[in-house]
Amino acid sequence: MKKQITITINGEQHAVEVEPRTLLVHLIREQLSMTGTHIGCDTSSCGACTILLDGKSIKSCTVLAIQADGKSVQTVEGLAAPGEMHPIQEGFKECHGLQCGFCTPGMMMRAVELLEHNPNPTEEEIRWGISGNLCRCTGYNNIVRAIQYAGAKMQGKETPSTEPTFV
Amino acid sequence: MIPAPFDYAAPATLDEAISLLEQHGDEAKILAGGHSLIPMMKLRFASPEFLIDINNIPGLSYIREEDGYLKIGALTRESDLEHSDIVRNKFPIFTDATKLIADPQVRNMGTVGGNIAHGDAANDHPAVMLALRAEVVATGPGGQRSIPIDEFFYGFYMTALQPSEILTEIRIPIPSASTGNAYHKLERKVGDYATAGVAVQLTLDGSGTCQEIGIGLTNVNPTPLRATRSEDVLRGQKITDELIAQAAKFASEDCSPSSDLRGDEAYKRSMVGVLVKRMIHKALERAR
Ligand SMILES: Cc1cc2nc3c(=O)[nH]c(=O)nc-3n(C[C@H](O)[C@H](O)[C@H](O)COP(=O)(O)OP(=O)(O)OC[C@H]3O[C@@H](n4cnc5c(N)ncnc54)[C@H](O)[C@@H]3O)c2cc1C
Ligand code: FES
Ligand code: FES
Repeated sequence: MKKQITITINGEQHAVEVEPRTLLVHLIREQLSMTGTHIGCDTSSCGACTILLDGKSIKSCTVLAIQADGKSVQTVEGLAAPGEMHPIQEGFKECHGLQCGFCTPGMMMRAVELLEHNPNPTEEEIRWGISGNLCRCTGYNNIVRAIQYAGAKMQGKETPSTEPTFV
Repeated sequence: MIPAPFDYAAPATLDEAISLLEQHGDEAKILAGGHSLIPMMKLRFASPEFLIDINNIPGLSYIREEDGYLKIGALTRESDLEHSDIVRNKFPIFTDATKLIADPQVRNMGTVGGNIAHGDAANDHPAVMLALRAEVVATGPGGQRSIPIDEFFYGFYMTALQPSEILTEIRIPIPSASTGNAYHKLERKVGDYATAGVAVQLTLDGSGTCQEIGIGLTNVNPTPLRATRSEDVLRGQKITDELIAQAAKFASEDCSPSSDLRGDEAYKRSMVGVLVKRMIHKALERAR
């Protein structure tokens, strides 16, 4: 009962066959071998599988691949060309926004949409904005700062200090 | 976790979707945002043989004022409601509620229609719609009908929707100016379902008497519950602290929460009382 779908991922069109029950995250990771998108909880709780579907951040473990037929997907691999860094990647690097890195692709994809709606988010807005993403390592402080750094960078403003804060 | 196999169609019109429902009967399910249905299918709590995806049907996503109603299309996403100016200005209760529904990614997918059609007393919109005295519009082979929210929720995951009907719109009567509404739920962590939740809308007349009031309760009963006795205490009265205390007491007596990981029965009853008081006060502030 496989069905043919067409989906644009990071600007490249793919015609693929999927079973209706195939989850979008499995299409991306297993059929298309892009393993930047992670699976953490598999129950729509942790946000590790967050990608952009037509520009909106969604949890790809809870969307069927067939629902993305004709749509456009962006994953962490599509943030910047090889050898280059998107401001959000630079923010996470400069502000130590990651430790093990497992939550990071999902965090960054969520942050990209957040910054698009709100280029200058307050700490509180960021914490609400990433409330669907869990991180077991960092304690979130440096993630908040990484997102603020990226927000400033994307607007061509002076970036905030990258010294870690301890609370 | 992967759902059991099923067949899938994404019709481009409502008529097509309805005839697919007629054809497949009980085996078929509507797929809206999928954020209640797909988790249940992954856990194999639900194994429909046919999914009818309604996301390709144009004209089911809107928020507008018309004929004295706020009309919300069934496919309107929680995130659309969250960012709507009409909603923010006139129905702050939705801003209260959407902020507490799951998280931003889930709200980008989850629909208002799905939240109600799911018939889950743990969802937040049902209690809000009870407080606002909404009507649910169902479209089926014989056309449209409007179902008062009080006749919509039947039992555990059971609603008044017939197998070949699709929920297409929610209509909320636009209340007079001196009206206030508010919602809050107690949750263990961000994105959790309610330990207990309370929605209130009240309308005052020129002398400050409560003309109309609606109180809905989340997740403290097998179905979303209207706190009828509490409403009756306040309707037609000048609201005093004594009356509010009485309304809170009735609500905590009239619900029937079950003890679970979110708390035992007595705790939940007590939280219902606290939230009823707080939401009446907040609605009063907003009405004035
Ligand atoms: C991690 C997580 C946390 C959540 N937390 C909350 C929360 O705190 N509060 C809350 O209220 N919800 C919560 N939800 C549920 C979420 O809001 C769902 O999106 C919502 O309950 C269902 O809407 P949907 O559009 O996703 O419906 P779907 O999952 O697509 O459908 C749900 C059911 O309704 C039926 N249905 C859907 N639309 C229609 C229609 N138009 N006509 C007829 N039948 C229809 C489907 O057939 C199915 O049986 C959470 C979900 C997740 C994954
Ligand atoms: S893997 Fe999708 S939310 Fe955790
Ligand atoms: S860096 Fe390890 S989970 Fe976030």
